[in-house]
Amino acid sequence: MADYPKNVVQVPTFNLFREQDAGKLPVLDVRNLGIDFGGLTAVDSFNITIGPTEIAGLIGPNGAGKTTIFNLLTGVYQPTRGSVLVNGIDIKGMPVHKVNKLGIARTFQNIRLFSEMTALDNVKVGMHNEIKCSFLSSLLRLPGYYHAEAAANLKAMELLEFMGLADVADQKAGSLPYGVQRRLEIVRALATNPSIILLDEPAAGMNPSETAELMHQIRRIRDTFHIAIFLIEHDMNLVMNVCETIAVVNYGKIICKGTPEQVRQNPAVIEAYLGKEDND
Amino acid sequence: MKKLLKNKTFLANSRIYLTVIVAFLVMFSLSNAGILSSSWKGYLVPICAYISLAVSLNLLVGICGELSLGHAGFMGIGAFSGIIFAALLKDVVVSDTLRLLLAMVGGGLLAGIVGFLIGIPVLRLRGDYLAIVTLAFGEIMKNIIGNLYAGVDENGFHMAITTSKMALGEGGKYIINGPMGATGVQKLATFPMGFLLVLFTLFVVLNLINSKEGRAIKAVRDNRIAAESVGINVTAFRMKAFVVSAFLAGMAGVLFGLNYSSITATKFNFNTSINILVFVVLGGMGNILGSVISATILYVLPEAMRSLEDYRMILYAVVLILVMLFTWSPKVKEIVSVISAKLSGIFKKKEVETNG
Repeated sequence: MADYPKNVVQVPTFNLFREQDAGKLPVLDVRNLGIDFGGLTAVDSFNITIGPTEIAGLIGPNGAGKTTIFNLLTGVYQPTRGSVLVNGIDIKGMPVHKVNKLGIARTFQNIRLFSEMTALDNVKVGMHNEIKCSFLSSLLRLPGYYHAEAAANLKAMELLEFMGLADVADQKAGSLPYGVQRRLEIVRALATNPSIILLDEPAAGMNPSETAELMHQIRRIRDTFHIAIFLIEHDMNLVMNVCETIAVVNYGKIICKGTPEQVRQNPAVIEAYLGKEDND
Repeated sequence: MKKLLKNKTFLANSRIYLTVIVAFLVMFSLSNAGILSSSWKGYLVPICAYISLAVSLNLLVGICGELSLGHAGFMGIGAFSGIIFAALLKDVVVSDTLRLLLAMVGGGLLAGIVGFLIGIPVLRLRGDYLAIVTLAFGEIMKNIIGNLYAGVDENGFHMAITTSKMALGEGGKYIINGPMGATGVQKLATFPMGFLLVLFTLFVVLNLINSKEGRAIKAVRDNRIAAESVGINVTAFRMKAFVVSAFLAGMAGVLFGLNYSSITATKFNFNTSINILVFVVLGGMGNILGSVISATILYVLPEAMRSLEDYRMILYAVVLILVMLFTWSPKVKEIVSVISAKLSGIFKKKEVETNG
């Protein structure tokens, strides 16, 4: 972990670190982030700090710029303004695969699995940078290859088992049911050994019982791997129950940040977003 | 579970190796027993070369998912550099087999290096654009080789792209004579060496597919954005597939080039690239055994139909169309399945009638 600039005054943010995260380097530190597409400002002055074992949520109406923010955090888009620090390192100008190596993994709103490969292979692709095996030793099938493959198989199966997917390990990813594909994407993201994972609408298309199971699993991921989770979700039940801190965006700008209770009571949020849903 | 998975790929791979080994043993004993006619014997080495070409192109088209129309370019580089290497090594290395082997390694490496250099600009493109650029590359290579002069005299080795710069001294000998191509080449290629090349190609490609690198290459094919997001350097892995494919095509080119006493650059034109692609597509994208079988059959087919003279290429085309329809078209597949269901229905009815 690189040195974190201690003298820098923290920009206004949640400041709601869980007790265990207090005094630790934030895993994700976003400062004044903004991006323009031509004349359109999609995201503007977005600030957030996420602690090493925090579960944070990002909500907002459709088209508010949530996925654009995720794309900025993972290096898919280069920001027009501001900076993103992952474990204290600025991702500016880095290609996507290098940003991932810093410890940030993600899932996608529209599932992006390697559909022609088995579930197990999908996870093993996620472990790509973990598998220490040279090109030559895999080409010549040296003992190193067999060791690395056996270790990779073991760990991949463990991860699949963790999300309850062990029995579909040898099925093609593209042929799996929707909810299973979503969970497989999370396993693949976990396989990259991240310090934070971004979940883009993990409960989309799931039925209530699957969502309940997912909520449980999200907490279990944090408690088992001691990593931070940042999620976009429209299912308010999931967001309010799982997230410790929530940021609300509208028109690319943060309109409210705080605990679920604070967000729930914020008039700006109710007006922009929750008001339509929460009519009681 | 894990062992089962391992066994699955292991079994599939051993089936491919076994098919190739058995086919080799049968053809080798047939040709040694004098049963094969001399023209059939002549097909054996080119078949081996085309199998290697098809398998290496399948790595690029089927596994990596990139359409390349310039595979004959790499083959040509291999063929002509192999001829030069073999000629230069004539006095140094006595053994013909060793000389062929060295030429193959040299030609393969050169093709691989050219593949890398071409790959730097070309692999920025994808899909149709990549296909067009590789097509242009193949044509450029053909034209460069077609204007290449190479020869030896007492001052050593000379090479040039124009005649005026090519002045061989007293007693000098051309290895490659521009548009006339290479003449007086010593035929070094043998069927067992071709078989070894096929085995080597299969070994490299199959081992690559079932490794961390192969998974990464397939991941890039299936979903580039997701592959990047899990830390895979997409450009690097497309490059790896491209270079390995070029290397193997170069080796196959050496074998092909050293199988004829004279050869011209026009052999390595667009048609040849397309032929190799046809082998791959017909054998099935990503299906290695399919490439091996379709390369063999589709190479032999037009040769075997020579007696039909003018009609043979028409028949060849018809065969291609039919195979394509029966293996790929969902509509034809549907019709076939409906017909077979009806047929089995008729049989079942008859059975019931006879039983009753």
